[in-house]
Amino acid sequence: MTTTERNVVLHVDDVSKNFGGLHALSDIDLEVEQGKTHAIIGPNGAGKSTLLNVIIGRLAPTSGAVVFDGQVLTGKKPHQINQLGVARVFQTPEIFPDLTVLQNVMVPAFAKRDGAFRVNVLRSVDREAALRDEAEAILEDVGLADRRLSHAGALSRGDKRRMELAMCLIQHPRLLLLDEPTAGMSRHDTNTTIDLLQKIKARGMTKVIIEHDMHVVFSLADKISVLSGGRIIAEGLPDEVRGNIKVQEAYLGGAHRVEAVH
Amino acid sequence: MALFQLSRRDALIFALFALVVITMPVWTAPFGANYPGLMQKFAIYAIFAIGFNILFGLTGYLSFGHAAFLGVGSYTAVWSFKLLTMDALPALLLAVLISGLFALVIGFLSLRRSGIYFSILTLAFAQMSYNLAYSVLTPITNGETSLQLTLQDPRLIDLAFTTRGAGLPTASLFGVTLSGLSGFYFCAVVLLIAFFFAQKVFASPFGMMLRGIKSNQMRMSYTGFNTRPYALTAFVISGMYAGLAGALLAVTDPLAGAERMQWTASGEVVLMTILGGVGTLIGPVIGAWLIKYFENIFSSFNEGILSRFFDFIPAPLHDTIVAISSKFVGEGWQLTLGLLFVLVVVFLPGGIMEGVRRIGALFRRGTPPKAGAIRVQPAE
Repeated sequence: MTTTERNVVLHVDDVSKNFGGLHALSDIDLEVEQGKTHAIIGPNGAGKSTLLNVIIGRLAPTSGAVVFDGQVLTGKKPHQINQLGVARVFQTPEIFPDLTVLQNVMVPAFAKRDGAFRVNVLRSVDREAALRDEAEAILEDVGLADRRLSHAGALSRGDKRRMELAMCLIQHPRLLLLDEPTAGMSRHDTNTTIDLLQKIKARGMTKVIIEHDMHVVFSLADKISVLSGGRIIAEGLPDEVRGNIKVQEAYLGGAHRVEAVH
Repeated sequence: MALFQLSRRDALIFALFALVVITMPVWTAPFGANYPGLMQKFAIYAIFAIGFNILFGLTGYLSFGHAAFLGVGSYTAVWSFKLLTMDALPALLLAVLISGLFALVIGFLSLRRSGIYFSILTLAFAQMSYNLAYSVLTPITNGETSLQLTLQDPRLIDLAFTTRGAGLPTASLFGVTLSGLSGFYFCAVVLLIAFFFAQKVFASPFGMMLRGIKSNQMRMSYTGFNTRPYALTAFVISGMYAGLAGALLAVTDPLAGAERMQWTASGEVVLMTILGGVGTLIGPVIGAWLIKYFENIFSSFNEGILSRFFDFIPAPLHDTIVAISSKFVGEGWQLTLGLLFVLVVVFLPGGIMEGVRRIGALFRRGTPPKAGAIRVQPAE
């Protein structure tokens, strides 16, 4: 199959990242298809977060490049990458603790509408009814509608995660990067989040997800790449990866089978 | 028109604020503060503090060099008086423009760093301006003697229409002399305009983005905002406010000295803002009034006044109380102000406005107190 037929939107091309003598990532090649959910799994220290940081422009790769939809992301600033349609949920929620929940979700909507910089001191936030309605609808989706006037800093960790997801979703990103979106959530909240992510998948949003929870991974992923020691050791459909003996050894030290976690 | 619209709540606040400012000669009388010179300072330093708060309160960047813009505004205004006309409007406009340009340069360089490094950079630039005004820039600033009007000033515009009078002229507005009470009302109107514009900034998406920068600058970048021009715009706006305040100081007293740019003056506006309430609209105004009141009135109290004040206390105790309290007034006024500042920061970290809010919450029991943007800390 050729690239165009498979419609690859995100292309990680031969990326390596060294921290001093430590090879955090070595020769990573990754292709993410339009509308698909691509999970990256692997043991702690495998380089998963480093890879996400390279994609989003937080870290510059030592060599290689990241291409999104024909645009080279490598070397671009975080706000430029976001303006191209890439949003990210962080491992520890990055939110605006001093603003209300509703304001937290409205701020990204302004970035989407007004661009990276605009001085509009004569408008009033109160009169932005369309944006506010949209923000309230998304808060409804993530189940935070009744908290919309609370201070974001006062939310529980799970609620902060869901709010951060709402902050990304309101931008209708073409690529959503999720760094352990359900870590620290209760089983109930995890399932709600899975439902929500499945719902947005139906809208054709491409996602790259890092996750420890195998239940989440196998519920959502169309394709899985297994990272270990900074290299991709296996890649394939969920069922293929599940049965891969190399994966079980790397990921679980051979002590358990992946099904056991599932 | 969108330009003049305010939300109902903001319009009410503006109306009340306007009432308080315009009736200032009345309500300051019981405090012995109703002389025009001091009320002019109340209005002028309120403008300075409101502008400073747009940077510090909304964006979280703590500048320790804003007095430099105050000084630039004063020098510009006096030069406008000397070269062009004694009319106040050109002086104000030029001062806002020049101090804005000055802020653009200093802000561009200082905003390459944040937190304490940003504060130190602004402090360094301001001290540099202060020392330059005393040394190499003497032709512009007239050094230690201060920049003043002289009988030989060209005043090109004025003298094209009228002949030179006998004494030194005073600032005017369309021919009306601005001194004493008229000077105060001129400053008061400018204060109301400045307050109105600050309200617009606070309510606008731009203001919301500035709060976002203060709250989590990294998230702002990953949300698609180029944060530096936002912070720079806030810096320039607050520099323009400072320049406007400096120009008004020159309007009410056409004299500009370098001491206006000293770091103590920069520190003063920080104190005003924190004392009143960082990130609130009214707080910096209250802080400015309180500090100017202490500086001008409290500092003139002496034992005689205290003795009369404590007249109702029986004699043996009376003398002790007067002796102790006299240490806190007169030359000791800064001791009182310092204690007040410590008490506010320790018990009301959101400033006097947090106290007002807490009292308000007591009356509206049941509804939780609304926490505003009340964090007293610079951006990281």
